[in-house]
Amino acid sequence: MDTISDTLGRFGGVYLLPLALGAVAFILMGAPSSWVTLTIAGLAMGMMVFLMASGLSLVFGLMDVLNFGHSAFISFGAFVAASILAGLSGWLEGGWFLASAALALALLGSIAFGLAAGLFFETVIIRPVYRDHLRQILITMGALIVSEQLILAIWGGTPFTVARPTFLEGAWIIGDVSIEIYRVFAFVLGLSVFVGLMLLLNRTRIGLLIRAGVENREMVESLGFKINRLFIGVFMLGSALAALGGAMWAGYETLITPALGGEMMIVVFIVVIIGGLGSIEGTLLGAIIVGLTANYVGFLAPKLALASNMILMMAILMWRPSGLKPAVK
Amino acid sequence: MNVLLSIRDMKTSIGQYHVLHGVTFDVREGGVFVLLGRNGAGKTTTLRSIMGLWQPSPASITFKGQNIAGMTTADIARLGIAYVPENMGIFGGLTVQENLILATTKGRFDQIRLRRIYELFPALEQFWSKQAWALSGGQKQMLAVARAIIEPRDLILVDEPTKGLAPSIVAAMGEAFREIALTTTILLVEQNFNFARSLGRDMAVIDDGHVVHRGTMADFAADSDLQGKLLGLSA
Repeated sequence: MDTISDTLGRFGGVYLLPLALGAVAFILMGAPSSWVTLTIAGLAMGMMVFLMASGLSLVFGLMDVLNFGHSAFISFGAFVAASILAGLSGWLEGGWFLASAALALALLGSIAFGLAAGLFFETVIIRPVYRDHLRQILITMGALIVSEQLILAIWGGTPFTVARPTFLEGAWIIGDVSIEIYRVFAFVLGLSVFVGLMLLLNRTRIGLLIRAGVENREMVESLGFKINRLFIGVFMLGSALAALGGAMWAGYETLITPALGGEMMIVVFIVVIIGGLGSIEGTLLGAIIVGLTANYVGFLAPKLALASNMILMMAILMWRPSGLKPAVK
Repeated sequence: MNVLLSIRDMKTSIGQYHVLHGVTFDVREGGVFVLLGRNGAGKTTTLRSIMGLWQPSPASITFKGQNIAGMTTADIARLGIAYVPENMGIFGGLTVQENLILATTKGRFDQIRLRRIYELFPALEQFWSKQAWALSGGQKQMLAVARAIIEPRDLILVDEPTKGLAPSIVAAMGEAFREIALTTTILLVEQNFNFARSLGRDMAVIDDGHVVHRGTMADFAADSDLQGKLLGLSA
């Protein structure tokens, strides 16, 4: 006889959770237009958090490294992109083509910074403390504090205004529903990165190695592969994705401070834990659930907004201690 | 017959614990060399030290005339040593095909070797596209061994391949090892003495991090007193 879990599994299993969350919120709100607006906001937030969290999940899963310094990549990504956009402010007002080029340069700049910073961080800071969690926490926390001070020294403590291309400003109004264009852009970009990562992990030999390494690093080495090279590559990829996530979040917030990365880090850790370490699908699922929960609860019970994601994490961990979609079965 | 692997006074520590206190033996080319010993004697540590997964004392392991102590695990594997660990080391989230592809140098199968594997382990062809976590214990062991022979190797280190397997699977595994040993040298760690006796040509017994006996399996199998003394086996 099938259990409830088997039956649910046939219809999509844990992938039904965002739908169930949406359905419950729809019933509780009773206002379809607000529900659509909040759902799109939640999906967009989820996709930006996914960008920030996916790299951390892979680094956690593959390298067994607790990198509290990950939020530094988010902050730097945000400030690098914001600075490039500020420097190209003339382009932002120079028509669609120039504005798109400025946006692309800002995003590519943050990715390039993330790659370089990831290479430096892995070789100088992380490598000496592999297999030593306590020292990892101490040294990456230290690196995070130094990074935040560097941002303060370079960009100052006053909030930095982020310029946005005019074609991403405003909203589409459909009936009573308002859909912010930037949120749609964030959703599409996040989805594209997810598809790209899935292709990388499932259709390439490097991806196969990453998936294998998440499960059993020793065995990957025993098959003749230099795991350290894989570590560097994955760490750089994770840092670049975090920087891209930070850049997108900067455009979403439009006013950023050096504390941006630290503020997002709690949400990023929650997503990685509830998604399942080393799992890109789990990270996406966790990010979308967290994004939707934050927006729905913010509307229905604003006083519970801060606690909602913690309650969500506790509930999911009690139900599935390894996360919703762990990479290792 | 040439010596393929030579181990001299190998000492290995794990953290603050000294596990191997000076292991010495030679593995000749071809056939099955069996390493016997009680639980905790240091058999698995010996295999892991050869593979570079734990670092042994310098200049204590020579493979094909080259000192491999201190080399990385990946470099040791590339010299032609495959490793089948006690826990099988299967990548559960990968399919049978993906597990085998990872063990190839260029990501392509030699069709002749693949057919040989299908003949040895028909279940692998049947579950080719299935994720490895869904396989039974015996099928996982077959996959672990298949991964070690999907490309030509000079030496295969196998750690307790019959542990927890049904007698019919153990028999099939024995047949497979006999055939593999025709072309490849196998260094086998095994607790199942009957299985080890049926396969081994040379053998050594390890106890408390030392090799306490070396010789041919035929001589050891004929000496029940020695078996009782070294392995605690009753006649």
